[in-house]
Amino acid sequence: MTDADPVRLYRTVRLIRRFEQRAVELVHGGQIVGGIHPYLGQEGIAAGVCAALGTDDVLAGTHRGHGHVLARGADPARMFAELCGRLTGLNAGRGGSMHAADLSIGVLGANAIVGASGAIITGAVWARRRQGHDTVGVSFFGDGAVNEGMLLEAFNLAALWRVPVLFVCENNGYATTMPVAGAVAGSIAGRAAAFGIRAVEVDGQDPEAVRDAAAAAVDRMRAGGGPELIEARTYRFDAHHTFEHAVRLDYRPPDEVTRGRARDPVHIQGERLSDADRAAVDAEVEATVDAAVRFALDSPEPDPADALTYLYASGMTARTGGG
Amino acid sequence: MPRLSYRRALTRALADELARDEAVFLLGEDIQVGASLVTTGLAKRFGVDRVRDTPLSEQAFTSFATGAALAGLRPVIEFQIPSLLFLVFEQIVNHAHKFPLMTGGQCAVPVTYLVPGSGSRTGWAGQHSDHPYSLFAHVGVVTVVPATPADAYGLLVSAIRHDDPVVVFAPAGAMDVRDDVSDLEPVPLGRGRIHRFGDDVTVVAVGHLVHDALAVAEELADQVSVEVFDPRTLYPFDIDGLTESVARTGRLVVLDDANRSCGIAAEIIASVVERVRLLAPPRRVTRPDGAVLPFAPALDRAVQPSREQLATAIHLTMKDSS
Ligand SMILES: Cc1ncc(C[n+]2csc(CCOP(=O)(O)OP(=O)(O)O)c2C)c(N)n1
Ligand SMILES: [Mg+2]
Repeated sequence: MTDADPVRLYRTVRLIRRFEQRAVELVHGGQIVGGIHPYLGQEGIAAGVCAALGTDDVLAGTHRGHGHVLARGADPARMFAELCGRLTGLNAGRGGSMHAADLSIGVLGANAIVGASGAIITGAVWARRRQGHDTVGVSFFGDGAVNEGMLLEAFNLAALWRVPVLFVCENNGYATTMPVAGAVAGSIAGRAAAFGIRAVEVDGQDPEAVRDAAAAAVDRMRAGGGPELIEARTYRFDAHHTFEHAVRLDYRPPDEVTRGRARDPVHIQGERLSDADRAAVDAEVEATVDAAVRFALDSPEPDPADALTYLYASGMTARTGGG
Repeated sequence: MPRLSYRRALTRALADELARDEAVFLLGEDIQVGASLVTTGLAKRFGVDRVRDTPLSEQAFTSFATGAALAGLRPVIEFQIPSLLFLVFEQIVNHAHKFPLMTGGQCAVPVTYLVPGSGSRTGWAGQHSDHPYSLFAHVGVVTVVPATPADAYGLLVSAIRHDDPVVVFAPAGAMDVRDDVSDLEPVPLGRGRIHRFGDDVTVVAVGHLVHDALAVAEELADQVSVEVFDPRTLYPFDIDGLTESVARTGRLVVLDDANRSCGIAAEIIASVVERVRLLAPPRRVTRPDGAVLPFAPALDRAVQPSREQLATAIHLTMKDSS
């Protein structure tokens, strides 16, 4: 099921890159309120992992979640519309950047609570397999999440019940401003090993390396193996969150940032394409992103009278708050 | 008529729903053996795949249930201790409860959280004796506290069939109540029940305290005519039903086995006085503010609302309006 096409992989990486750059502009322009956690620099991980998935598979992401949603194939126009709080957004403007979800393609949502996705995905995969699907799942999380008890409990549960979940740790070196060395005793792979979960480290800046590691893990999981973990070493090119664009926080040495940015997944994958292919993809992505932004900005805003529509799936309604 | 205990009514509800709907399954600690004496026999009848013992990982299995619900199943989790809800408040509130709205209506999370033996279990002390139902009402999670075997059955069945998360508190003080039960059927969520009609004062009693309220009402029968209203569901609250009652009696006393500040009693009183002009100030009988149940039996009892306190509150309410 793995998509081995380098051009499509490049396209996904490039799409996420341009999406995120435009999203940052929309934050600065005031069209996206509340800011975003840019996925810039980490695009190869979502793109590589999702290239190894089939249509029955599910994933859940993080606060830095746009890349996962896009790599899985969500409509960039509806994704932009969601970030802009429009009615046409994936979540009808109720979720925003940190909760974008598209259940129709197995995206159980970005999730703003660090370490939360592992257990949710484990339950979803177990349930789908019980219903006869050959589903595997992916739980994306950052290096900060490996110190959350909830995630470690999920490792145990997935391993104990042999639920095929690929735990993908995007180790970008920092949890907000906290370096990994200041937060992680032992190692990330070691946490997996403690639960009997096979773990590999990959170069998260190389989309094909990520894809190959994910494909191998997915193959083993589909063959009946238990969960696995990939630690993808990466670097975030931009701020933890766009609020940092206004408030400069001093925690990453400038030469480290320069070195980190030098290993760019867009270029690493782009080099693998002919100039003509690359130019064609770039032009197509540009047109897609342009149209997507236009769609979002032209879309209607939700009616404040409907603010709590969808609160209850059962159709229950809540008392209003006015006197 | 067969006599059914509250505990067996819960067992019956679980068994009937497991039999009725393949999507239903149970998760919890020691439920295969049935340590709580609620899931007794279910693993044998329905298999260990549908009656799943979990490791002691409340946070993970609570969100595991959320994921399974997102994928179309109807998990029921049994929690051994009411205070375990504090551990998983995050998973219930931030994820299970918020997903439908945050996804713009893309999903439902039909999970039931069953707490057999909530409140004081006499002698189990501070960390086993809480009644944190107001917390769930506050965040807007459907919360039920059945008082009788028939309601335990009917509300648990409705909870499992409901498309949103539901917390079911089965108070320790009600677990051994027995009743003549002819036919068991689903009880609608959000609808209260008047156990005893009266003219002078409406007593709202939550969970096992319904039985205390009924006893006090009988005791005082020659002095005051007490109506006993059992909300059964605390959220959403049957405010229409209660308003109808209080509009007749003109007086309100609430009996609630939980801490006073921001307790459900406060919400019940506020909701009524927004709608009804009372003949006397409303009163509530609750645990004290910030109560931690002490171990020694006399102290444990001293912190729980008592029949004497209720009788006093009823008398004072009558006096205030005369
Ligand atoms: C449980 C929890 N704790 C704290 C936060 C606040 N917070 C949001 S992102 C973040 C850092 C997360 O770091 P990491 O997991 O490495 O992901 P990254 O931001 O690097 O992608 C923190 C502390 C949160 N959202 N959830
Ligand atoms: Mg990080």
